[in-house]
Amino acid sequence: MNYIPSDLKVVGTRPVRPDGVEKVTGRAQFGADMRMSGMLWGKVLRSPHAHARIISIDASKAEKLPGVRAVVTSKDFPHIASEEAFVGEGPMNFRDLSRNCLAWDKALYEGHAVAAVAASTQAIADAALALIDVKYEVLPHVIDVEDAMKDDAPILHEDLFTAGVTPTPSRPSNIAKVVTFKKGDAEAAFKSADVIVEGRYTTKPVHQAYIEPHACLCSYNADGQVTIYSSSQGHFMVRAYCAKLLGIEIANIRAVAMEIGGGFGGKTLVYLEPVAIALSKKSGRPVKMQMTREDVFRASGPTSGATIEVKLGAKMDGSIVAAREILKYQAGGFPGSPIGPGCMCGFAMYDLPNVDVVGYDVVSNRPKVAAYRAPGAPISSFAVESAMDDLARKLNMDPIALREKNGARNGTKTHYGPTHQNIGFLATLEAAKNHPHWKAPLKPGQGRGIACGFWFNIGGESTAGCHIAEDGSVVATSGSPDIGGSRASIGMMAAEVLGVPAEHVRTVIPDTSSIGFTHVTGGSRVTFATGMAVTQAAERTVEDLKRRAAQIWEIPVEAVEWKDGKAFPAGSNAGAFEPLDLAALAMKAGRTGGPIGFEVSLNAQGAGPGFGVHIADVEVDKETGAVKVLRYTAVQDVGKAIHPSYVEGQIQGGAAQGIGWALNEEYIYDKNGKMDNAGFLDYRVPVASDVPMIEAVMVEVPNPRHPFGARGVGEVPIVPPMAAIANAIRSATGLRMPDLPMSPPKLRAALDAAARTSSA
Amino acid sequence: MSKHHVSAVINGEPTEFLCETQQTLLDVLRDEIGLTGSKEGCASGDCGACSVIVDGRLICSCLMLGCEADGTAITTIEGIAQGDHLHPVQQKFLEHAALQCGFCTPGLIVASKALLDENPNPTEEEARYWLAGNLCRCTGYDKVIRAVMDAAEVMRGEKAA
Amino acid sequence: MELEVAATNFRRLVLELEERFPGLGKQVEEGMAVAIDGEIFQDAYSARFGPDSEVVLIPKIAGG
Repeated sequence: MNYIPSDLKVVGTRPVRPDGVEKVTGRAQFGADMRMSGMLWGKVLRSPHAHARIISIDASKAEKLPGVRAVVTSKDFPHIASEEAFVGEGPMNFRDLSRNCLAWDKALYEGHAVAAVAASTQAIADAALALIDVKYEVLPHVIDVEDAMKDDAPILHEDLFTAGVTPTPSRPSNIAKVVTFKKGDAEAAFKSADVIVEGRYTTKPVHQAYIEPHACLCSYNADGQVTIYSSSQGHFMVRAYCAKLLGIEIANIRAVAMEIGGGFGGKTLVYLEPVAIALSKKSGRPVKMQMTREDVFRASGPTSGATIEVKLGAKMDGSIVAAREILKYQAGGFPGSPIGPGCMCGFAMYDLPNVDVVGYDVVSNRPKVAAYRAPGAPISSFAVESAMDDLARKLNMDPIALREKNGARNGTKTHYGPTHQNIGFLATLEAAKNHPHWKAPLKPGQGRGIACGFWFNIGGESTAGCHIAEDGSVVATSGSPDIGGSRASIGMMAAEVLGVPAEHVRTVIPDTSSIGFTHVTGGSRVTFATGMAVTQAAERTVEDLKRRAAQIWEIPVEAVEWKDGKAFPAGSNAGAFEPLDLAALAMKAGRTGGPIGFEVSLNAQGAGPGFGVHIADVEVDKETGAVKVLRYTAVQDVGKAIHPSYVEGQIQGGAAQGIGWALNEEYIYDKNGKMDNAGFLDYRVPVASDVPMIEAVMVEVPNPRHPFGARGVGEVPIVPPMAAIANAIRSATGLRMPDLPMSPPKLRAALDAAARTSSA
Repeated sequence: MSKHHVSAVINGEPTEFLCETQQTLLDVLRDEIGLTGSKEGCASGDCGACSVIVDGRLICSCLMLGCEADGTAITTIEGIAQGDHLHPVQQKFLEHAALQCGFCTPGLIVASKALLDENPNPTEEEARYWLAGNLCRCTGYDKVIRAVMDAAEVMRGEKAA
Repeated sequence: MELEVAATNFRRLVLELEERFPGLGKQVEEGMAVAIDGEIFQDAYSARFGPDSEVVLIPKIAGG
């Protein structure tokens, strides 16, 4: 059923989330909060070298240390010969994932896990690590993406040959693949352009920087059954990946979704769980592991650093006739950067006749890339939106007018193939243009920038349930771990369908043995896909409740209506019966067919893409080069805000991450390829005093494929900020900053260079 | 190596525990006493997820040794509410949706309480600088600051809870 | 690359591609999503298209 045109009583309101009190009192249990009796502490030994052959690992002294119960290396994992396998979650190269969890013959980045121990105390486990003797042959390393592409670069994988080029090369390369997207003939079209803008941009690797380090507690029983308590963005993913990596039947594993302290994509895969299971199997005891903050930085995937080149050609009236983008993304130690989405998203919000995009996925000696909120898109949009800003200036055109002139609308064919349907890009531009921020006066030395962003959002497999307890209260079940407050929205949709207040529905996330399969919490899919499932489960429940009322009243089921949580006879002809509410029907459940409840599993199609337009005001301190963000407005098409506070929260959080990416965050490597700033002191994420209030403006262009019109919202907001800030700095100082982060030393150098040029 | 015997008052209750020299107060709270509300985000005093109040002073419990707690009075997140009566800061965090994943929330609530105990009428800027030691990656701080300012108004008696 | 195919749903498309270009069908099924007249389908065998449908293969989208 489609509720979009209806009068909604719950959806769109702002109830307190069902897990809120637990979280503000410290009772909520996260991955590291579990204990089991007899548990051991597991710790990981990591490579100190950025690139090295592992000659030998001698753990004999460690094994003899009193209190040490097990030591594992990659030899304790089955050798996965085939490269790709399909395990429900989608294609994943399990050979690479296995090698990433524990290295085989090579350490591919500083921090790469080489061995692990389980001991009765943390102190003993640490001491044991120091006793493991690893002999390395240190190899030359390469980190920068363009350096890794050179012919004479140190090669990471002798069996990696560039895919996507014909003929297939015979020499191994660090370029894992090349992807291209073409529409029309950009080369020819540039010749007809009145104005051309070109730019070369670079970005550094940045980490998702969730405040909760990875943690898990795993118990391998003697009969081969395994229990995993971990925080992840997908406990079904944890179950499947561990099953595949260790050769265990999936049903033998029960993965429990602990509360998760942030993920943003970085917890859509496993690092510790397979190792903990192997240690548990070897030692015969449960094993608890947690990463230190340093481990998180050194050994879990930040996103790509990249080099991007953009060329735009336009007519004097602002219509863009040709666009070209060349993207080179770091993948880390194993292939798999988000180069595809990077190629697709930069121009996705524009209607361009001739487009030529080429992308390179390049391995280098830094941790394997993990997804980070709209993976690939922020990097591409930083470049494209900076170039668009320069184009607007060259054309002497208002930057919003330039986007409107070229904006995608329903029916626009993208450069990567599909045609846009039911999108809200122009509505977000309109809202930004009409927002008071856009016209607010600026003081001297202040500047304003705007930028746009796009993300596809996905649907996928989800399971949700709706169960009426014996007293009529309601439990909603969701297979999606909750990383941002989604269980509130799930419960609200069920409450709306049932016609009861939000507080009447409690939403929980059962373990993998207690609810049907659900794809990861990521891709901005939960409110859309799991929401669709819970809506259908609630609808089936309502149909069943009507059937039971009909049975009690002895009237046909068509003569029963459901409204505001009660069954009513439909019209006076049906009979003068008192309405039956959930409690009354639940009391008769046994006599009318048995327990009341349904679980729905589906593969949600029709996810609607999202668009964002951000406006940033900045001021640059000419002495220190520090950039102060004075005002920030983020406009986004959200479809339908089920719980507006949590939608605003996603927009504000994504914008803040983008601000950090723009101004301060980066991986700094020394000449040996070791990370210099593996801690929150020197890896500087935004703190409360770094950002102003972030105004989230929600434009609602409903997605007709979702019962309530919802679109995914979580990822779009991180796409525009870097260019919005860069364009604001350009407006404030006249300086185009093409290299991220735009940190004080870089601003200072640019200001100094400008001063020298102007005085020369 | 023998352990230290420590006596402290934790959330108003006299508590005794044993700890090794190198165990931090955070390790002790979580692993010895079982109070897992305080979180480890960095173990280097940079993220504030482990914030507690010791003898009236806001500190990072990862920067204090367990044995240093001898004779002190400590308030952790578990001691902020009184029974099932939430502190205004906790209540306003819920109303303003000032939490998403909730991991930094215990530290932020303890730090916010410490702020309002010391300065019942902070400006937005003062609140932001006081809370700059508590990292949050989910919210962008907007709703957090609104919740703290709102709680301050309630605690000053300027509006109903 | 543009092709004309006889298939009328995604499952048959995969089989037809595998027949015409061995290895391609498997690659498409495992790594790609299909957009039919603009709507992206990540998984469904039954996703149908007609004789005039525009069918585009794009890399599967994950997310973060």
